[in-house]
Amino acid sequence: MRCCLLLLGLYLTVTLVLPLYTLLAKSLQNKDGHFVGFANFARYFADPAMLQSFANTVHVSAIGTIITLLLAFLYAYALTRTCMAGRGFFRAVALIPLLAPSLLPGLALVYLFGNQGIFKSLLFGHEIYGPIGIVMGEVFFAFPHALIILVTALSVADGRLYEAAESLRARPARIFLTVTLPGCRYGLVSASLVIFTLIFTDFGVPKVIGGSYNVLATDVYRQVIGQFNFQMGAVVGLLLLLPAVLSFAADRIMQRKQVALLSARAVPLQPKPRPLTDRVFFCLAAAVAGFLLLVLGMALFGSLVKLWPYNLSLTLKWYDFARAGTDGWGPYFNSLRMAALVAAIGTAIIFGGAYLVEKSRGAGRLRAILHLLAMIPLAVPGIVLGLSYIFFFNAPDNPLNFIYGTMTVLVVNTICHFYTVSHLTAITALKQVDAEFESVAASLKVPLYRTFWRVTVPVCLPAILDISVYLFVNAMTTVSAVVFLYSAETKLMSINAINTDDAGNTAAACAMGMTIVATSAALKGLHSLILRRVERRTQAWRKR
Amino acid sequence: MNNWISRRHTALMGLAVLGTAAILFASAAPTLADDVVLKVYTALEEEQLPIYKEAFEKANPGINIEWQRDSTGVISARLLAEKDNRQADIVWGLAATSMMVLDKEGMLESYRPAGFDQIKDDFKDLRSGWPTWVGMDAWASAICFNTVEAEKLGLPKPTSWKDLTNPVYKDQIVMPNPGSSGTGFLTVSAWLQLFGDKGGWSYMTALHDNVKTYLHSGSKPCKAVGAGEYPIGISFAYPGVKLINDGAPVEVILPTEGIGWDMEATAIMKGTKQLTAAQKLADFAASADANKLYNASYQVLARKDVAATLPANYPADEDKLMISPNNFYEMADRRQAILDEWQRSFGSKDAPK
Repeated sequence: MRCCLLLLGLYLTVTLVLPLYTLLAKSLQNKDGHFVGFANFARYFADPAMLQSFANTVHVSAIGTIITLLLAFLYAYALTRTCMAGRGFFRAVALIPLLAPSLLPGLALVYLFGNQGIFKSLLFGHEIYGPIGIVMGEVFFAFPHALIILVTALSVADGRLYEAAESLRARPARIFLTVTLPGCRYGLVSASLVIFTLIFTDFGVPKVIGGSYNVLATDVYRQVIGQFNFQMGAVVGLLLLLPAVLSFAADRIMQRKQVALLSARAVPLQPKPRPLTDRVFFCLAAAVAGFLLLVLGMALFGSLVKLWPYNLSLTLKWYDFARAGTDGWGPYFNSLRMAALVAAIGTAIIFGGAYLVEKSRGAGRLRAILHLLAMIPLAVPGIVLGLSYIFFFNAPDNPLNFIYGTMTVLVVNTICHFYTVSHLTAITALKQVDAEFESVAASLKVPLYRTFWRVTVPVCLPAILDISVYLFVNAMTTVSAVVFLYSAETKLMSINAINTDDAGNTAAACAMGMTIVATSAALKGLHSLILRRVERRTQAWRKR
Repeated sequence: MNNWISRRHTALMGLAVLGTAAILFASAAPTLADDVVLKVYTALEEEQLPIYKEAFEKANPGINIEWQRDSTGVISARLLAEKDNRQADIVWGLAATSMMVLDKEGMLESYRPAGFDQIKDDFKDLRSGWPTWVGMDAWASAICFNTVEAEKLGLPKPTSWKDLTNPVYKDQIVMPNPGSSGTGFLTVSAWLQLFGDKGGWSYMTALHDNVKTYLHSGSKPCKAVGAGEYPIGISFAYPGVKLINDGAPVEVILPTEGIGWDMEATAIMKGTKQLTAAQKLADFAASADANKLYNASYQVLARKDVAATLPANYPADEDKLMISPNNFYEMADRRQAILDEWQRSFGSKDAPK
C-alpha cells in the first residue's frame, strides 16, 4: 500500500512538482539565471497596474463563482432529486461548455452581445468587453465543472434520513436545510473552490472578451508571450497558486466534518414525483440549457456563415479543412488519439490515486501531501504548465528528455492539466462509500486490491466513466499548455483552430471547433449508452 | 446487495482498456526516409507554408522541411525556453525584433547567405560582417477602417496619426497592447521616433482618450474592425488586405507621417546538427526566387534586384512611408523602459466603471 502511495508520489513529482519548480524557481532569478531573492516580486508589486489586476481577478472570480455555484446546484438538484421530465436531455446539454473549445463561446458571445450582436440591447448600454463578458464567459465555462462534482455529491443519499424526517413531519425547507445541504457539504465546498480557482487562473475568456480589463492570467500572457520575460511570468504564476493553497486548507477542514453518507446499511434515496416542484425545476433547467444551446447554436451559425456580419448567406465550405491549411484532417486524428490515451491512462492513474489517498490506512502525512499535489494543477495556468514542461523535459541532462516532442509528453501534460477536477470527482464518489467495506474485508482477510476491484470500482463505475469522458473532452479542446509542446507530427485540431483564427479565418476556425464538439458529443452519447448498461448491472442497489 | 459484475466481465473490461492503449501507442512513430529533415520554426502565415516548402524542396532535393508554426509570441517564447536543448535547426520567417532577443541569448549561428550583397542595408544585421539573421520582407503598421460602421457613426476617414486624436473618434479606436504584441510595440516605437520622446508620449496620451481598448494581439484590432465591432483599429496591412479579399467593407490606411515596421527574417540556430542543409535553406530564403514568393503577401522585399509588385488590394506606398532608418537596436535596448512607462500611463485604464 505504502509502496503504491510512493509510486503515485513519484509520478506526481515527475509530472508536476519538478516541472513547475524549474519554471517557478525563475521568479527568484534574473534573466541570466542568478539568484536575486525577491527583487522580481518587489518590482512586480511596485507596479500599480498589478494591484488593479489582482483586484479585478478577485472581483470577477467571486461574482462568477457565486453565479455558477447557484445555477449548478439548482441544476444538479433538478437532475438528481426531482422527477422532472427530460433529465437525460438536460444532463447531456449541461456538458456543452466542456465539449467546446474556448474559441467558440468567446466568438458566440461576441456575435450575441458584441457591438454587432443580436441581443446587444439586453446589456442596457453596457459593453460585453470587460467584466460583464468575462463573468458570462466564465460562468459558461465553469458550469459543467461545478455540475459534475455537485451531481456526484447529490446522487447518493441515505433514504432513511428522509423517511425519518418525513415521519417527524419536518417541512420540505427544513429537510433541505438539515438533511440535503449537510449531506452534500463537501461537494458544495469543493465545487466552489474548483470554480473559484478555475476562474481565477483562466486566461482564454479574458483574452477573447476581456477587452483591456486586466486579470492576473492575462498578465502572465503579457509577460511571457509579449515580452519573453519568464522571470516575471513565474512571479505571477506563483501568485496564481494562492487560491489552490487556500482551497487545500479549506478542504482539510471540511474533510474532518464529512461523514460517509453511504454507510453499509444505507438505503438509497429515490426521488418521488412532486408535480409543482418538478415543474419549477424544469423551467429553471430549461432556462440554463436554453442559454447553453443558444451559445452553441450561435457558434454553429458562425461556422456556416460566409462573412459575419456583412454577408450572412450560408455555406459549408469552411468544413473543407484541406483548403484551410496544409494539415487537412491529420490534426483531427492526432487529437482523437491523444484524447483516447489521456482518457484511458489518466482515469486509471487518477482514480487509483484517489483511492489510495482516500482509503489507505496510515501514512497520513504522505496522503495529505498527495492530496495537496492533486489540487495544484487546477491553479496552474496552461502557459505556465506548458513552459514548465519545456524547461524540465527538454533539459539535456534529464533522462526523460526522449519523450519531448512526442505524443507521450502531450498525454502526460494533459493528464496533469486536468488532474484536479477528476481527482475531486473520484474523492467525492469514494467518500460516499463507507470505510466499513474495507474494515469488513480486512477482517475477512480479503486483500485490499480485491475489495478495490470487486466493490469500489463497480460502485464508483459511473464516476469512473464520468472522469474518463471529462478527460477525453478536455483533451480534445485543450490549447494553452500543449501549444508549447506539440511537434509537426503531433499537431492537434484545437491548436489548428486557434491558428486558423489567428490567420483571420474565423469561420473555418469555428468549423474546426464544431467538429471537435460533434466528436466529443458522439463519444458522450456512447458513454450514456454504456452507462445505462453499467447502471443496470452494477447500480441496481441504488434503487429498491 | 449481490449481483456484482462477474469476474470474467471485469477482466474483459480491463483487457479492453489496456488493448486500446497499446494500439494507440503502437500506431506512433512515422517511418523516416534517407532525406535530411530540417526542423524549421516559423511564424509565417499558414497558407504560405506549403508554397514555400515546395519551392525550397524542388530547388534542394534530398532536404525536407518539417514546419513548426505558431504565432510570433508563442514560437519566440518556445525557442527561448528550448535554449538549453534546441530543437529547431533554423528559423524562417520570424520578426527581426524576436531574432534580436534570440541573438542576445547567443542562440544564432553567424552565416552570410549567397547573394548577401543584393540584400538592402535596412534588412541586414550590419554590426559585423557576419550577420546572424537576414531580413526577408517588411510589414508595417497600418490603420484598418470599416467604411460601413464609420458611415453609420458619421466618422470621417482618418489619413494620419494626428487625425486619430480628433475627439470625434472618442472610444472608436482599438489598438494592440505593446506589452503583449510586437505590432503594438513597433507602432509605439515609431511614434517615439517620429514625434520624438516628448512628442511621442504626449501623442499617446491624446490618443488614449479615443482608444476604447488595448487588445492582446497585433492582428485582432483589424479583425475586430472587419467584424464590425469597432470602426477603427491600429494593426498592420496583412490582415486588413485579407479581409478586403474576403469581401469585408474594410480599407487599409497608411498614415501620412510615416509608419513603424518590422521584418520577417531567417536565422540558423547555433548548434544545429544539420548545418549544411540549414545553410542551403538560408541561401534560398535570401534568393531572388524566394523574394518573389514573399511578394505574394508583402510589398516591401529584402532584395534590391527583385522588382516588387503590389499584391492585390495592398495599400500603395508602404515602402515610401516606412520610417528610415528604423533604430531597431536602440528600441530593443529601451524596450523594457518604454513598456514600463506605457504600462504606468495607460495599462490600467479599464478599471471597472
